[in-house]
Parts: sequence; structure tokens; C-alpha cells
Amino acid sequence: MSENNSKSGPSLLEKGFASIKQNGQAGHQTEGPDSLPLKMEVKNLDFYYGKFHALHSINMGVPENRVTAIIGPSGCGKSTLIRCFNRIYELYPKQRATGEIILDGRNILDPKEDLYLLRAQVGMVFQKPTPFPMSVYDNIAFGVRLYENLSRQEMDERVEWALKKSALWKEVKDKLNQIGTALSGGQQQRLCIARAIAVRPEVVLLDEPCSALDPISTAKVEELIDELSDDYTIIIVTHNMQQAARVSDFTAFMYLGKLIEFDSTDKMFTNPKRKETEDYITGRFG
Amino acid sequence: MSIVRSGIRGRILDVVFANGTRICAFLVLLIIVAIMVSLLIGAWPALKKFGPSFIISKEWNPVTEQFGALVAIYGTVVTSIIAMLIGVPVSFGIAIFITELCPAWLKQPIATAIELLAAIPSIIYGMWGLFVFAPFFGDHIEPWISDTLGRLPVIGPLFSGPPLGIGVLTAGIILGIMVIPFMASVFRDLFEVVPPVLKESAYGIGATTWEVIKKIVLPYTKVGVVGAIMLGLGRALGETMAVTFVIGNADRLETSLLMPGNTISSSLANQFTEAVGEIYTSSLIALGLILFFLTFMVLALAKYLLIRLTLKEGVRT
Repeated sequence: MSENNSKSGPSLLEKGFASIKQNGQAGHQTEGPDSLPLKMEVKNLDFYYGKFHALHSINMGVPENRVTAIIGPSGCGKSTLIRCFNRIYELYPKQRATGEIILDGRNILDPKEDLYLLRAQVGMVFQKPTPFPMSVYDNIAFGVRLYENLSRQEMDERVEWALKKSALWKEVKDKLNQIGTALSGGQQQRLCIARAIAVRPEVVLLDEPCSALDPISTAKVEELIDELSDDYTIIIVTHNMQQAARVSDFTAFMYLGKLIEFDSTDKMFTNPKRKETEDYITGRFG
Repeated sequence: MSIVRSGIRGRILDVVFANGTRICAFLVLLIIVAIMVSLLIGAWPALKKFGPSFIISKEWNPVTEQFGALVAIYGTVVTSIIAMLIGVPVSFGIAIFITELCPAWLKQPIATAIELLAAIPSIIYGMWGLFVFAPFFGDHIEPWISDTLGRLPVIGPLFSGPPLGIGVLTAGIILGIMVIPFMASVFRDLFEVVPPVLKESAYGIGATTWEVIKKIVLPYTKVGVVGAIMLGLGRALGETMAVTFVIGNADRLETSLLMPGNTISSSLANQFTEAVGEIYTSSLIALGLILFFLTFMVLALAKYLLIRLTLKEGVRT
């Protein structure tokens, strides 16, 4: 967090606020997160890496078709929290979660939950671009083929749709048969977003999606997040407070594995209730 | 003691260093040319006497001094194919289990066991094959094979015959066991360098373990996988001691895999000391030359496959 700390002096934060005002929060309402229909509800979530207790009794509701940002210093448990939302942590034997995460009325932490369908419903994009070692087209078709049996033409349409949705179509429409790893870093990350939305998930988890990108690519991804929030519930983990201010409707601040404050992004950045939140966003610690 | 480095001294050192490495690299070329030339010279009398028919003749008679390489070539190729048919799938299974599915506490014991297997000298495999495996195989497995597979049409003749224990099939199986530790540990190393985040993203859109392995792990590591299989094949082609123990060393061409046969390297090991006369020795050297070409072809094939694989992906940066 130290890098961010040095960068995010008050002046940058003010820019962040200015952009909130400009965007007018993309027309979304600014009341508290509990007054909206919830897509996901986290209840008393505890998480352990072996014996290390990483998340302490998290409670929060994620509003439907809104962008929720999770901010906080390094090691506070932001990524850990969103890794619970599609249970990707289960790939590693010593990690476990207790409590409940309710998605559309069912507890996804239930051992009986079908992980493959859960991950179709909750897509994820990672910190670094992770194109698969196959063509651009197949990168997107890969996930779709797991769930749907489409004809060649339907698949072509789906790939085009996903690439258009992720603002990549114009750049790659002549390179669909090239290997995905040959694209530039920013294009690769948008390819990963296209891949995630091609399966038509309902929730998209973004784990610091811009941390490996240049400013122009970052701007493109942020625009994309804004557009996607019309149809998808988006949860974004970010190190960058202005990014949270720019793209999100709601912000959660985490510190040392606890959820300190969760409110609309406007309130969090202009009038935080908790002293820790204020200290963090004004750059007094982090 | 001067603080500033002498520019001239540095440049001289660089020249010495560059030429030193160059000599090392050219040494390899020199050795390969030298071996090829001496094999050619040694094999020349036999090649001159028998001509191209040396390769297709199945006659190998030291008494009448009639020599042909077909039996040895056939034995070499067939034992290696059997070894690959057994070794590649098992090595894949081992490597995938260790990297993807194995509980953490079991990983290290299995990995260590594989490395220990690789450290066993081939003569131990040969002895074990001759004294333990071959009798067991002949008493219990081979009768069953010739009763079942041996009765099938088309492939039947390959599996019929007396249960001798030693033979081409036994040699192939022993070879398979010998290449497993090598290939399994190379595969494991390859699979382990697949970035976890790449696998996570595949699992993250709901792929199963099998789909992740087939669509992500294998394509990501295919260059190394092809290379490892070819190196394993190269090893199987050239392996001498273990095969010599269990193949039976018969210079006859038999259809059945249960019958004794011979490979190039075990012919050489068995007969070089007793080879008398120019043509006999020269024929053995010609066999060595053929083995050299076989392994060379395997490597060339590997390169060709890799080029094809890369081309299929379209343009790469």
C-alpha cells in the first residue's frame, strides 16, 4: 500500500471526487447498500489459511447490478473475500471458509453446491491477464463450450458479442485465430473480461484488474466496468482509491481482515463514519 | 591497486572468453562428425558387400558370414514402441496426479520414489527382469495373453506362442518401466511451471480438472511434453543391458511378441567380443550406424512435430 500512499495525496483524492461528481455516479442511486435488492449477502464469514485467521466475521450485502468496490491496505483480506464468492480458494487444500454467502437465496458455501455451475454464475478476472494458450476465438469459446452446445454460427455470434461488450472487437476482429498471448497486456486483460462475460455470468469478480495495465488500458477497462454494471453485479478489488471512487457505486473498506465500513461510494469518500476509513482515504495510513 | 578498470584488459578477457565458449560449442560438432565418420569407415566393408539389402535382410549368420540388420532393427523399434505405449500414459498419470490431485503430504514421497527409480542402474532392471519378472510373466501372464489376445483375428499372431517369459514383449515392458521415472519427473516439472493463476482462471469459469489439464496444462507445456517423449524414446532405443538380459537374443524374425528377438544395442553388447573377421565386425559397426540414424530420425521428427504445432497456432510474437 505504500506506493499508493505516496501517490494518493489529497490533491489526487480531490480529483477522484471531482470525477464522481462529473460522472454523477453513472446515474445510479446513492442511498445505502441495504435499500437496494441484494444479489449476494455475506453472513458471519470467517476464513482461514491453515491456522491463520484471515477474515473475521464479515457481514455485507452486495446490491444487484451495481459496482461494489473493496478497498484496503495490502493483506487486509480484500482478495481473500472475493475468492470466497466463487469458492476458487478450494483449489488449495488448507484454505477454508465458515459462515454463509447467500446468492439468489442459496448458501454457496454449502458443500453440496455445484462448483462448476457456481463458477458459471460468478465469473472472475485476475490481477494479471491470463489468456489461455490458444487462439483469441478459442479463449472466449472455451468457457462457453463447457456449458452450452452452440452451432458454429451461434458461437461466432457469442464471441463477437463478448468481444464487443469488452470493447476489444475492433482491435482483434482480424486476429481471431492468433494465439491470445500475442496480444498486448491491456488487450489481454480485456480478452479475459470478454472470456468471463461470454459465459453470461450474473456476478463478475474483478481482482485488481488494472494493476498490471498502463493508464490508457486502465481507462478502457474502467469504462467497460461502467457499461457492464447495467447487466451485471460487479465486485472489484482495487488498490487504487481513485479507481474505486470513479467506477463504484458502493465501497467497502477492509482492514486487518475485518470489514470496517460499507456504504455508498459518495458517503465513504466524502463523509466516512469511521475514523479508520477517514485515515485511510486521506492517506494517513495504509 | 587501481580503482578504474583497465579497458584493454577487459577487452582481451572478453575476446578470450568469447573464443573459449566458441571452442566448447564447436567441440560438440567435431565429436559428432568424428563419430559419424569413424562409424562410416568401420561399416564400409559390410555396406559394400551387402549393399542396401543389409537393411532389409533378416539373415544373421556368423558362420556363413551373411549379415542383415532387419531382425535387430525390428526388435529395437518394436520394444521401443511397446515401452512408449506403456511409459507415456503411466508417466502422464503420475505427473498429473502429483501436480493436480495429490494431497500435499503424499507429494514428496511419490516424487522421491520416482527419483529413486530413475537412479537404479539399468543392469539391476535387467537382473530383476530376468530372475523375477520374466518367470512370473511366463508362468502367469503370457498363458493368459495367448489364450485371449492370441485368439483374436488380425492381431492374434502377435500374441500367440509358447510362454517363455523372456522375449520381445517382456523387453518392451521392462523398457517401459525404465523410461517411466525419467518421463514422469520431466512431465511433473513441466506441469508445475504452468502459472497457478492460469489454472485458476480456467477453474474460475467452471472447468473440471480434466478440462484444465487437456485445454490448459497440456497446450501450455506441449513443446516440453513432445521433447520429453522423444528423449524417452531415444533412451528406449539405445538401452542395452536390461534388454540384453530379457529379450532372449535370438537372431530370428518372429511374428509373435512372446518369442525371443534381438535389438541393435543388445546384438552389439553380446557379439562384439566374439566377432572374428572383417565382415562380422564391420556388420556390427554398421548396426551401430543404423542405431545412430534411428535416434537422429527421432530427434528430427521431434523438431518437425514442434514446428507443425507452432504453425498451427498461427502467428506468434
